[in-house]
Amino acid sequence: MAELKVIVFQLKDKEYAIPVQQVRSIEKIQHITRVPRVPKFVKGVINLRGVVTPIIDLRTRFGIEETAFSDNTRVIIVALGEIEVGLIVDAANDVIDISTDAIEPTPEVVDSVAVDYINGVVKIGKRLLILLNLEKVLETTKV
Amino acid sequence: MDMSQYLEVFIDESKEHLQTINEQLLELEKNPEDLSIVNEIFRSAHTLKGMSATMGFEDLANLTHQMENVLDGIRNQKISVTPELLDVVFRAVDDLEAMVHSIAEGGDGKRDVTEVVQQLRQIEKGEPVTPSSKSDDKKPTLLQQTYDEFEYTVLQQSKEQGFNSYEIRVKLRADCLLKAARVFMIFEVLEQVGEIIKSSPTVEMLEAEQFDQEFIVTVVSKETKEDLYKRIMKVSEVEEVVIEPVQFSKAAPAAEEKEKLKTEELKTEKPKQTQAQTQQAEKSGSSSSKGNVSNKTIRVNIERLDILMNLFEELVIDRGRLEQISRELNNPELHETVERMSRISGDLQNIILNMRMVPIETVFNRFPRMVRQLARDLGKKINLEIIGAETELDRTVIDEIGDPLVHLLRNAIDHGIETPDVRRAKGKPEEGTVKLKAYHSGNHVFIEIEDDGAGISREKVLKKAISKGIISEQNAASLTDKQVYELIFASGFSTAEKVSDISGRGVGLDVVKNTIESLGGSVTVDSQEGVGSIFSIQLPLTLSIISVMLVEIQKEKYAIPLSSIIETAIVKKEDILHAHNQKVIDFRGKVVPLLFLKDIFEVPVSKEDDDFLSVVIVRKGEKMAGLVVDSFIGQQEVVLKSLGNYLTSVFAISGATILGDGQVALIIDCNALIK
Repeated sequence: MAELKVIVFQLKDKEYAIPVQQVRSIEKIQHITRVPRVPKFVKGVINLRGVVTPIIDLRTRFGIEETAFSDNTRVIIVALGEIEVGLIVDAANDVIDISTDAIEPTPEVVDSVAVDYINGVVKIGKRLLILLNLEKVLETTKV
Repeated sequence: MDMSQYLEVFIDESKEHLQTINEQLLELEKNPEDLSIVNEIFRSAHTLKGMSATMGFEDLANLTHQMENVLDGIRNQKISVTPELLDVVFRAVDDLEAMVHSIAEGGDGKRDVTEVVQQLRQIEKGEPVTPSSKSDDKKPTLLQQTYDEFEYTVLQQSKEQGFNSYEIRVKLRADCLLKAARVFMIFEVLEQVGEIIKSSPTVEMLEAEQFDQEFIVTVVSKETKEDLYKRIMKVSEVEEVVIEPVQFSKAAPAAEEKEKLKTEELKTEKPKQTQAQTQQAEKSGSSSSKGNVSNKTIRVNIERLDILMNLFEELVIDRGRLEQISRELNNPELHETVERMSRISGDLQNIILNMRMVPIETVFNRFPRMVRQLARDLGKKINLEIIGAETELDRTVIDEIGDPLVHLLRNAIDHGIETPDVRRAKGKPEEGTVKLKAYHSGNHVFIEIEDDGAGISREKVLKKAISKGIISEQNAASLTDKQVYELIFASGFSTAEKVSDISGRGVGLDVVKNTIESLGGSVTVDSQEGVGSIFSIQLPLTLSIISVMLVEIQKEKYAIPLSSIIETAIVKKEDILHAHNQKVIDFRGKVVPLLFLKDIFEVPVSKEDDDFLSVVIVRKGEKMAGLVVDSFIGQQEVVLKSLGNYLTSVFAISGATILGDGQVALIIDCNALIK
C-alpha cells in the first residue's frame, strides 16, 4: 500500500491535489509581466529568484470566472520534466499523505469543465480531493 | 605528500603557460630582435619547469629545461632567432602540450623527447660565443646582473677612475630572523667602503623582506675582493658571500637593449601632452610591459557563478524595495544610505554579469599557431587576420565552439587558399588571407571565416553530390548557387579530391553543422569561384549581457536591443503618411513603415496617445521599421534570459530580462517584426 504525499490547494470551492514531487515551491503572488500573444490562461512571467518563470492562471485554465487576487492567493511552482511553471491558485492549505489505494477513477460528472485535467479523486472523510494531471494542464499549450 | 589535489591546478596553469609561450613565440617570429618577448617566454618556461619538477613529471621538466637553455641563449644574444630555430622550439612546445594533455587524461606524462632534446642541444651549442659562461644554474656563479644605461655609465666611469666594481651575492642563513636588519647592516658595511650601484631584488623589496635568502648587490669600491668578503662576513647570520668583478662585456648588451626600450618609450610618450602624464606613462609603460601577459586569475565553477548571479538578483529586488521605502519615508539619512547601497550594488551587478562572459579571444588565440603550422606543412603562404577577438560570449558557448572553428579554418586553408604559384598564375598576391571575424548583432554573435582562395566550384559540388546520391540530377539544375553551397554540409559529403590529413579526417562539415546547431546556432556559406568563400556562424547569446533601450508602452516595459536600433525620433501625428493601408513616415529621405507595438502586443490601453509619437527606428539588414512606443526610459545593460521551456517561440519576443526593480521585462525581437 503505497503512500502519496500531496500538496492540497483550493480553487473556488473545490480542493485539488498535486504530488509533492512535482512541486518546487509555493510563492506569494508578485508582479507578473504580461506576455503578448499567448493563450489567455498564461498570465505572463514572474521573476522567481532570477529565473523567468511562466505563470498559468488555473481558474482561467479550467474555465472558472476570474477573481481579484487576495492575501491567500498563491503561486505553486511545479516542474514537469524540463518545464517549470507557476500555477495561480486561490489558496494552498495543506500537505497530506494519501494511500494510492484510495484513489478512485474520475466520476463521470465530477466537474463539467475540468474533467480532462484530472487523474482521479480521493475521499478523505468529508473532503474530496481532485488529483491534478499536470501533463494535461500543461499540454496543448505550446504556443 | 598527496599531489592529486594540486594536479588540476597544475594542469590548468601549465596550459596557460604553454598558451603564453605559443603566443609569445609567434610574436617573437615577427620581432626577432625584441628581447622582452624572450624574457616573457623564459619566465613562462621557467615556471613550467619548476611546477613539473615539483609534481614529479621528469620528462616535462627536462624538456622545458632544455628549451629554457635555448631561450637563455637567445636572451643573452648568443643564439639568433631563425624560423628553423622556432620550428624546433614549436615542436618542443607541441611535445610539452602533448605531455600535459596526457597528464590531464590521467596518464603519466611520459613521452620520448630525445629527438627534440637533441635538436635543442644542437641549437644551444650551435653558437661558439663564450660557451664557458653557459653555466649550470645550480652553480652560484650566476651573478650576471643587467644594468640600465645610467648604471652602466656609472660603472664605466668608476672603472676609469680606478674603482673596482663587484657583483656580490650574499646568502643569509636559513634561520635568519631579521633579514631586513641583516640587509641593512650589509649595506652599511658596503657603503663605508664604496658605493652601491644596484641591488637585486630592489632595496624596497629587500627592506620588505621580499626575498628568499639571497640577494645580489653591485658595488664600486677601492677595496679588494678579499677585504670586502671579510667585511661582509663580519655581519652575523650571513652564510655565504660570493664576489666577482663586473664583466663589462656582459653588462653592455643589456644596457643597449634597455636603451632601445627607452627610446621606444619616449616615442610613445610624445603624443601625451602634460608633464604629469608623461611621467605616469613612463612608469606604467615600463611596469605594464612586464605584467601584461601574466594575468592573475582563479578558476571558479560556472555553477557557482550561476548561483551567485541568482542570489544577486534577489538582492536587487530588495534593493528596489528599499529604494521605494526610502522614497516614501523621505528621511535624508536613509536616502543617502540607500543611494550609496544602490551605487555599490550597481557596480557589483556589472562585475557579476561580466564574470560569465569570456572574450572569444580564448578560442581565437590558439589559431595563429595552428595556421602557421598548416601553412608551413602545405607550403602555402597565409596571413591570418583576427578581428573582434574581444567579442564576449557566454562561457558554455566558448567551450563548444572551438572544434567547429578549427575545422572550418583547416578547411579554408587546405581547400580554400591556393598554393603560391597557383595564386601568382591567377594574378593574386602570393600570400592568401584568412579573415576570422567575430561580432555581436542583435541577440546573436556572428563568427565569420573568410578566405580569398579558390572559392567553391558549383560543378564539382554538384557532381560529387550526385555521385554520392545526396541529390538527383534533375534537382541539381534547379538549385541556386547558395543551395548548392549548402550541400557541402550534407552528411557523407567531402569535396577534397584527395583526402589529406588536414581537413579530411573522416569527419565532414556536417559535423560542424551539427555542433553549431546543437548550440542553437546556424552556419551558412557563400562563395564566388576564384575569389573566395565565407562561412558565417550565427550563435545565440544564451546567457549574455546586452545593451537595450527600455521603452514604455502604456504601463508595460519592453526592452529593444541596442544593436538593432538606428535612432529614436519624436514624430508629429500629422507627419504620418498612409501608403497601402500602412502608416509610414519619411525618415531622412527614406520611407519607413510604422509598427504600433501596443497593437501588435495587444497592450491593454488605459490612456490615449498624444499628438507626438515616440518612435524607435530599428533595422534588419537593409530594411527599417519605426516601432511606436509611448515613451523612452533609457539605455541599460541587461542579462538576457529565456522564457523557459514552456513558452517557446512567443511572437516577436526573443527573451526576457530582470530589471533593477526585480520585474521582468520582455525583449523585443526586431528581426521578427520586420518582414
